[in-house]
Amino acid sequence: MSDLQIKKTSTLYDAVIVGSGAGGGMAAYVLAHAGLKVLMLEAGPFFDPAKNSAQLKFPWESPRRGASTDTRNFGDFDAAFGGWSLDGEPYTTKNGTDFQWFRSRMLGGRTNHWGRISLRMGPSDFQPKDGLTTAWPITYDDVKPFYDKVDRLIGIFGTVEGLENEPDGIFLPPPPPRLNELYIKKGAKKAGVTTIASRGSILTQALPNNKDRGACFYCGQCNRSCKVYGDFSSSSCLVIPAIKTGNLTVIANAMAREVLTDDKGLATGISYINKDDMQEYQVKGKIVILGASACESARLLLNSKSSAHPGGLANSSGVVGKYLHDSTGSGASGWLPQLMDRKRYNEDGVGAIHIYSPWWLGKKKLDFPRGYHIEYGGGLHMPGYGFMDGIEAKNGLVPGRDGKMKDAGGFGADLKNDYRRFYGASFGMAGRGTAIAREDNYCEIDPEVVDKYGIPVLRFHYKWATEEIKQAKHMQDTFQEIMHEMGAIANQPEGPETMYGLQAPGVIIHEVGTVRMGDDPKKSALNKYSQAHDCNNLFVVDAAPFVQQGDKNATWTILALSMRTAEYILAQRKKLNV
Amino acid sequence: MNRRESLRTLAIGAAATSLLLDASCKPGTQKVAEVTPPKEGAPDPSRLPNEIARDKKLSEEMFFTDHEMATITVLVDIIIPKDEKSGSASDAKVPEFIAFIVNDMPEHQTPLRGGLRWLDVQCLNRYNTTFREASSQQQIDMVKMIAYPKKAKPEMAQGVAFFSRMRDLTATGFFTSEMGVKDIGYVGNSPTIWTGVPADVLKSHGFDTVWG
Repeated sequence: MSDLQIKKTSTLYDAVIVGSGAGGGMAAYVLAHAGLKVLMLEAGPFFDPAKNSAQLKFPWESPRRGASTDTRNFGDFDAAFGGWSLDGEPYTTKNGTDFQWFRSRMLGGRTNHWGRISLRMGPSDFQPKDGLTTAWPITYDDVKPFYDKVDRLIGIFGTVEGLENEPDGIFLPPPPPRLNELYIKKGAKKAGVTTIASRGSILTQALPNNKDRGACFYCGQCNRSCKVYGDFSSSSCLVIPAIKTGNLTVIANAMAREVLTDDKGLATGISYINKDDMQEYQVKGKIVILGASACESARLLLNSKSSAHPGGLANSSGVVGKYLHDSTGSGASGWLPQLMDRKRYNEDGVGAIHIYSPWWLGKKKLDFPRGYHIEYGGGLHMPGYGFMDGIEAKNGLVPGRDGKMKDAGGFGADLKNDYRRFYGASFGMAGRGTAIAREDNYCEIDPEVVDKYGIPVLRFHYKWATEEIKQAKHMQDTFQEIMHEMGAIANQPEGPETMYGLQAPGVIIHEVGTVRMGDDPKKSALNKYSQAHDCNNLFVVDAAPFVQQGDKNATWTILALSMRTAEYILAQRKKLNV
Repeated sequence: MNRRESLRTLAIGAAATSLLLDASCKPGTQKVAEVTPPKEGAPDPSRLPNEIARDKKLSEEMFFTDHEMATITVLVDIIIPKDEKSGSASDAKVPEFIAFIVNDMPEHQTPLRGGLRWLDVQCLNRYNTTFREASSQQQIDMVKMIAYPKKAKPEMAQGVAFFSRMRDLTATGFFTSEMGVKDIGYVGNSPTIWTGVPADVLKSHGFDTVWG
């Protein structure tokens, strides 16, 4: 006799939200503050940075000295619970293609560990005219008021630049560059590449009218999440404050199985498995909001088949899962002989980048559409696993303190001294570019594979096209020019054999586009408010509604669009439309 | 919440309270916090139960034989010896770090075990003794044959690869220890206010302002 049964609650919530990251967190924040009774399901454990962060630990407090593990892909102190592969939750790929899917199972999702780089998409990102990428059903002006409100609510540093496609926000003062970054700035300028202060969601000053969040104290460890809430995580800045309204209930360790619908095809709630007791549950809501991440939300919709929605919920157009795209990414690194034997001081700075190069060639005709930005970094950072690996590739290239060249490698007191000499001389640069939303890059339900909860899993099909590889080549050429102008020594460059260092799709963790919005219900799943064409009480608030990303990291746009959708829901409720 | 208050919040539950008093964040006469340090042996709230269990298991296994560990200890101290500024690699417990890391990253196991045997066989053929039991001069002579990738003889290539791996692991183990962090001069991981590169450093590198 099995004791497995489906437990149904009688409570009818005003809204049920799946996922607690940037999208789900913002929707919960807005709706709970407006007085709606909201239930949030999160597939991982509760996480409060104030209690659960590894901030301010030294490397020796980790037996592996901060190295990554299967459960901490970005290092032992990193906040993300999850990674590229989760035990018992596989995904597959098709036709020899590759896609790497990063999942954080925890309250706040990937916002607990992200780089806090907070860029607005610009007018040409919403309405591109390059002939290859598709326009959104909305313009920058539609979203601008919400970007403004997100800036005020959450806080962001930056500088007003007046660049056409890099809209300014409402900024706190930016942190000045580190020494390595001053050299980068100077070299980039000589190479004709603009660099400006970075834009990051970190409180370089206390946020007016917010007593719950502390100002940044410059440990440079945002990826561990911040105990004083000095940076943006959805957990600390949205979900926990929303809980305090008394209107939001969060169920942690709740893995959503499908969206439930009635005979008319309207959403009625969510069926989920509770990972703690492994029992099946159903919860009910007047509205269902998906913020489970672009691919997870697509998976949920495709797994929610019914007679009203035979191809999956909100999928009469057949576009759900299609147009998946991640930013392109390619990087380079080097070191500056000028920085050897440098003076020591606390150069941790903030845990986001300090300077970056917004796309500087405008609408110049190249062999790829649109462009990319470059993120930079380097400084006197905390040593960790891999510290100064491969010194034999460096210490034979420059004279020692005695002015004489020596053999690369070595050992003993002389080598020990070399480590001291080279510390803090390295830097890195990373391009993040516009990838093209293509119908043929997609995720779908694998017809044969289920995860350990019995939920059918995603199968990915993703290939980079010529344009994206050419863009990566352009990045590599630019990196070499900048490094040359800096007077730096470049580490091994990337060439055609690695597609110019172009990372596998998914690796940059900016995946978007799988439940795209549009005015035409035949070609899109959602309307311009991220409301399903086929099911008017269903909304998607993560990166899935993106029609076409720019080179901009997605989070700030997810937040703005989720806020816009939540306010639309409130307005529609007043009109009794949902 | 202002910066002082936020640091006080931080102190609650943070073990590293001594870090919190910093010239740029003077607390005046105010107490920093009534800190209750975490109970000895209480589980680390930043780690998942399966991670805690895995680390415990890894720390209880010993991959290397006593002879291998002794050889590793000799090697790491040749790579990073004691000098006027700090202690040796073994003073910083680098051998213990390497013993842990091969459990955590099994891809190191065969290259290290095989490399250690390669080294012993080289020494047996040359000096009729293992590396560990060879004289200090013999050990140094042997290391010189594999420590310089560009000038090493082609037949030493496997030894060069082994030694480069040992050098990397020794550098990580040493410079991530408390002694090594102090030696390398990393002074961060403590609350401060970043206002840019200090003026004297800017000047010595030819920059006019904190923005270059």
